[in-house]
Amino acid sequence: MNQKLTRRRFIKGVIASGVAATTTSLWYSATGADRPAGAVERLLSINVNGQVRRVDVAPQETLAHTLRYKLGLTGTKLGCNRGECGACTVVADDVNIYACSTLTHEVKDKAVVTVEGLRAADGTLHPVQAAFVAELSPACGFCTAGQVMSAFALLKSNPRPTREEARQAMSGNLCRCGAYDHYLNGVMRASGQLS
Amino acid sequence: MSSHDVMPEMSLYQPVRVEDAIGIANQFADRGWLVGGGQDTYGWLKDRAKSADALIDLKGIESMRGIKETADGIEIGALVTLTELSNNPLIKERYSLLAQAAGKVASPQIRNVGTIAGNVSQDVRCWYYRRGLNCYRAGGNLCYADTPEGMNREHAIFNASRCVAVTPSDTGPALVALEAQMVIDSASGQRVVSAEDFFVGPNVDITHTTVLGSGDILTAVRIPAKWANAQFYFEKVADRNAWDFALVSLSAAMRVNNGVIEESRIVAGAVQATPRRLTSVEQAVRGKARDEATANSVATLASRDANPLNYNHFKMPLMDNLVKRALRGQA
Repeated sequence: MNQKLTRRRFIKGVIASGVAATTTSLWYSATGADRPAGAVERLLSINVNGQVRRVDVAPQETLAHTLRYKLGLTGTKLGCNRGECGACTVVADDVNIYACSTLTHEVKDKAVVTVEGLRAADGTLHPVQAAFVAELSPACGFCTAGQVMSAFALLKSNPRPTREEARQAMSGNLCRCGAYDHYLNGVMRASGQLS
Repeated sequence: MSSHDVMPEMSLYQPVRVEDAIGIANQFADRGWLVGGGQDTYGWLKDRAKSADALIDLKGIESMRGIKETADGIEIGALVTLTELSNNPLIKERYSLLAQAAGKVASPQIRNVGTIAGNVSQDVRCWYYRRGLNCYRAGGNLCYADTPEGMNREHAIFNASRCVAVTPSDTGPALVALEAQMVIDSASGQRVVSAEDFFVGPNVDITHTTVLGSGDILTAVRIPAKWANAQFYFEKVADRNAWDFALVSLSAAMRVNNGVIEESRIVAGAVQATPRRLTSVEQAVRGKARDEATANSVATLASRDANPLNYNHFKMPLMDNLVKRALRGQA
């Protein structure tokens, strides 16, 4: 008889293998191996302002939440959190969207730009930002980041919009101070049609 | 109502093939939630007014994208966004009615992600229901809007059956006017349903607004060549010019020959739970000129038999006037 195989060792061995077996089955059920394939991985690489950022994202997490609370990009504001105010507007693949009403997992293959990403490396403001400053567009400023992003997206697709086109393009951004015309002036100035 | 910044914990699936999406949808059955643009989804979940175990994000399914010409008209992928729809040259040229309707939905940001399939399958906007109250539509046994003190200014004037909510879709009535066909995939194969039969009222199924059941995926919308380049009229009246749902909308397609309306399909939105075809008006104007006299001749035909609630009588003249404007002639 192998003297090294004591009763204690034998029992420990059985427990260990049992534990291993149990853990394996628990692991599979917890990770959804018995569920349909295709559930998302939490660890994501997302492209924000030209940088690829690795971040742990819950499946139901909104882009606004990830930007503000995980990536520290608090320039994107949360107003209503229901897609009804526009303060959280960011640009994904050149299109303006509400970050509060987008899952972070939905933009994993897109290039996201937030208000922090507009300034040039040397600190020069983006033409939209400079025009908004010149036209004193913001009053309280809470909606400004969203307004900037909508104007940025508009000028990408339509560099010289008419005032009416600009009004339509900016209609998804509320301003409770009522500075709409000031923002419109800013958009027209940024497009070089007002000096 | 309690308000939450975040949605409760749930899983997320991002299938890339329709078959996989159907498989996942069937596995979760009533606890799975199909997501296109998600603009009608996240509010429900944040408010805890509805819940799901799994979100099934359909946006990765390439076969559900794009607008293409077919032998008889065009096929619009379910994931085509409202912005794409309103800017598409083919749609603008042949079916401008649909381009206009899509361009009037909500706000630019919502149109940038909101899909045609989502716009027609979105749930009703009754605030009592949205608040999570246990009304008829939520499976309960009363209606909060249809009471002496209920705020029902935006509710139905036709065909209410316990629930008095209206269809919120702007593109739905346009699709009914264009005789669109809805392509629905499920585990048992593909079926094609006319837009008119796609929408269901509370008398048929009070907890759903469409024929889509669990495991069904609306994958495409087909528009027959029949109404291409017809004369169209679209108008949406809402309290605000942006972001708002219609109080009444009108979508009309008219085949006019030598100034005479040979055939027409005139459909009103936001007056009942489904897009409402105004067949009495369609019949009355057949063979008549598209002019002021014809417009006046139908007068209050559209709103005849309406059953307004306490606060929505205004929808009757509003609807009649929209019909008049549609028939009066090209603007």
